[in-house]
Amino acid sequence: MIWTQLPQFLVSGITSGSIYALIALGFGIIHNATGIVNFAQGEFVMIGAMAMISLTQVAGLPVPIAFPLAVLAVMAVGWLMEIGPIRRARSNSILILVMITVGASITMREAAMLVWGKTPRTLPSFSGDEPLVWGHAAILPQTLWILGITLLVVVLLGIFFNRTMVGKAMRAVAENRRGAALVGIAVYRMTLLSFVLSGGIGAVAGIIITPITTMSYSAGVMLALKGFAAAILGGYGSMLGAVVGGLLLGIMESFGAGFISSAYKDAFAFMILLLVLFVRPAGLFGKEEIKRV
Amino acid sequence: MTKTRKKWIYFLGLAGVVGLLPLVVKGGYYLLVLNIIAINGLVVLGLNLLIGFAGQISLGHAAFFGIGAYLSAIFTAMYNAPPWPTLLAVMVFTAVVAYLLGIPTLRLEGHYLVMATLGFNIIVYILMVQMEYWTGGPSGFAGIPPLNLGPFPVEGDLHYYWLLWSFFLAIFFLSLNLVDSRVGRALRAIHENELVANAMGVNTERYKVIIFAVSAAYASLAGSLYAHYLSFISPKTFDIFYSVQVVTMVVVGGIGNLWGGLLGAALLTALPEVLHAMRDYALLLYGVILMGALVFFPEGLLPGLIKLWSDKRAAKLGVSE
Amino acid sequence: MNTNNTLLKLNQVNKQFDGLMAIAGVSFDLNSGEIVSLIGPNGAGKTTLLNLISGVYPPTSGEILLHGADITGMKPYQIAQKRIARTFQSVQIFQDMTVLENVLLGLHHRLRSGFVKGMLHFPGERREEQTAVTQAMDSLEQFGIAHLAERKADSISLKEQRCLEIARSVVSGPSLLLLDEPAAGLNIRETEEIAAIIQGLRQHGLTILLVEHDMNLVMSIAHRVIALHHGHKIAEGTPEEIQRNPEVVKAYLGGTHSAER
Repeated sequence: MIWTQLPQFLVSGITSGSIYALIALGFGIIHNATGIVNFAQGEFVMIGAMAMISLTQVAGLPVPIAFPLAVLAVMAVGWLMEIGPIRRARSNSILILVMITVGASITMREAAMLVWGKTPRTLPSFSGDEPLVWGHAAILPQTLWILGITLLVVVLLGIFFNRTMVGKAMRAVAENRRGAALVGIAVYRMTLLSFVLSGGIGAVAGIIITPITTMSYSAGVMLALKGFAAAILGGYGSMLGAVVGGLLLGIMESFGAGFISSAYKDAFAFMILLLVLFVRPAGLFGKEEIKRV
Repeated sequence: MTKTRKKWIYFLGLAGVVGLLPLVVKGGYYLLVLNIIAINGLVVLGLNLLIGFAGQISLGHAAFFGIGAYLSAIFTAMYNAPPWPTLLAVMVFTAVVAYLLGIPTLRLEGHYLVMATLGFNIIVYILMVQMEYWTGGPSGFAGIPPLNLGPFPVEGDLHYYWLLWSFFLAIFFLSLNLVDSRVGRALRAIHENELVANAMGVNTERYKVIIFAVSAAYASLAGSLYAHYLSFISPKTFDIFYSVQVVTMVVVGGIGNLWGGLLGAALLTALPEVLHAMRDYALLLYGVILMGALVFFPEGLLPGLIKLWSDKRAAKLGVSE
Repeated sequence: MNTNNTLLKLNQVNKQFDGLMAIAGVSFDLNSGEIVSLIGPNGAGKTTLLNLISGVYPPTSGEILLHGADITGMKPYQIAQKRIARTFQSVQIFQDMTVLENVLLGLHHRLRSGFVKGMLHFPGERREEQTAVTQAMDSLEQFGIAHLAERKADSISLKEQRCLEIARSVVSGPSLLLLDEPAAGLNIRETEEIAAIIQGLRQHGLTILLVEHDMNLVMSIAHRVIALHHGHKIAEGTPEEIQRNPEVVKAYLGGTHSAER
């Protein structure tokens, strides 16, 4: 009976998990470059979706053109956020910078409400809504788009961080800020790049999920929370951890909703997260730092 | 000692202002805002001890605030328990919950600690929404009995003004004392360098867990008072936005400065009310002002303003440093 | 030799970090009232050894005995309560606090007032604070920095900071003091002042384990020297014996030259 639903739960878990993974990657990239948690990550996702909606439905652009434009728009938002409040902050205290991103998150959310209104919006699926039935699981074509695009982003990021000079420089900054500055890496440019990159990844996540879940101006908060949880679960700052953490969180949530109760699905996911943290304080793939005196 | 005298003068000044305000401020609405400031001020006070002195960040204080409110509501409204003993028992219970939660949680550092407290908040919130039989679910819990002082019921905004601010002043004074004691010193040492504090003989883990429990007890007290004052509570008040809000109050006012925390609580509680006239733009402005305050006064508004003022005075006197 | 006044005993202590042997089978005794110096090239494991004794991390194996009682694996605060005090290689004072508050923290484990007493400021608590302040001021006086008591700790000179760190660690009256390079970064005159301070402490009955690179300082004040190399103890003896020991000479010449002056 209920076991026959298992594949279906798995599919929906992996779908939302992919989105969490993308958001977690966004968190990780900014964290590695600056050490801060960007609470506006969810707003990147939301604005990406909203921009896509405007570009396709108001400007009437076709999806292949609107998609990159929407991503670019959110990259610009990330750029503005960095050269504005983050760079002008008269403090390098992590806590202050984190709270500034909280302020930025509120500002973006409310600005989005003024532009796009309070009612949830949606996007048509990229290629129809006819589900593909596969054994006991029905898969929407959009799910395949989500999995494919997530995979593509992960692969591109992998190439970027491991094969390009700029990507390697960003990893050097993550490893040791001062050391990176000493060998001539312009750390502030890496900070800027991290916000732009996170904005772009957030936008992708928002655009591909909206046909399934719809999007409203206030949806960013919960998405950010899940992405943050995924990043922590995997080990904050670890790219592999972000992907695994995202998928795990999505699957846990989906199983929790299916087998236990949908009302408690979030409670269930966070309960497991807490347990994992108590056993492995640095997440699944995080490094525990050895303290030096 | 001059430091102690200064503390007394400032404190009596504050008490004087609190005592005189009702003469100037008339009308339920303004009193309501002032009362909410006292309640938020209590939560912020405890949180400031945790963030500003022990250096531990919690994004879960709305949960402790909510536990205080809901347990007081449930026991007094559904089981006719006497309000004051209930309030006290709930405070102790919340402190114990925080203590037990703190043992594994406070071993975590930085973002992991933030996540753990955040997760706790979300779980408590979901319980509030889902356990409808006890909590009334998403539509809230109504009919919470008012407090009484002996035979006299505490009724109306003005009565509660005196009650809430008396509580605030008393706890504020105790906290000022605590900060200026052996324990306060040890907490600040933990904030600056946990390992060295430990080498000085400070049982850092124990101190962190206790101050976490103390700050949770403050929040629980604030929650119970809130429930009895408004007689109606709903889960929305206790979601993570409130947790974020109180941390913001601490940071905007001045981390580790209890007076700054009060200023932060007062300003950020009143700000949305002031901005209310802006309608849809209210929260947008709130966000912009919040960012501005943090960008330009990262050390907190109160310390920042004091520095501005003394710089100006130094310039006037021709003193340069 | 005189086993009955052995203060601290290390027995086959090992410490591994990620498979790397940082300390390998080190054993030695410290007798009451002596100044023993721990020397060795950079990376020999000197600071690691101090961290093991002071409980920053537990040894992988082996035991550490204080007055014959096992203190292996205790936390730093417990070690401090056992009257073992330490300083740090790079000065570790609380920079946001005043000089006086720093020394008061050194008295932390000798004072009793907790949360409740601290909140209520009972007369007993105030008296305890007053006594502690007097005691802390005496200690600052002793090290010649009493005039800085109300200054913020990061605003005083490096030598004054080192004095502050020593004052903070001895104010509670420990029986063993672990000093990690107290003369690092100081000039010759300042180093001599530190040497005088250390000898003065010993005359007050303190036992001192001194990690130091400055050979002149070591040779002038240490009663006994223990040489470490790659985590192993390679020699132990009087300063003269150590200076002539071929193993030690080889370790230093083969290692970094900067270690010697």
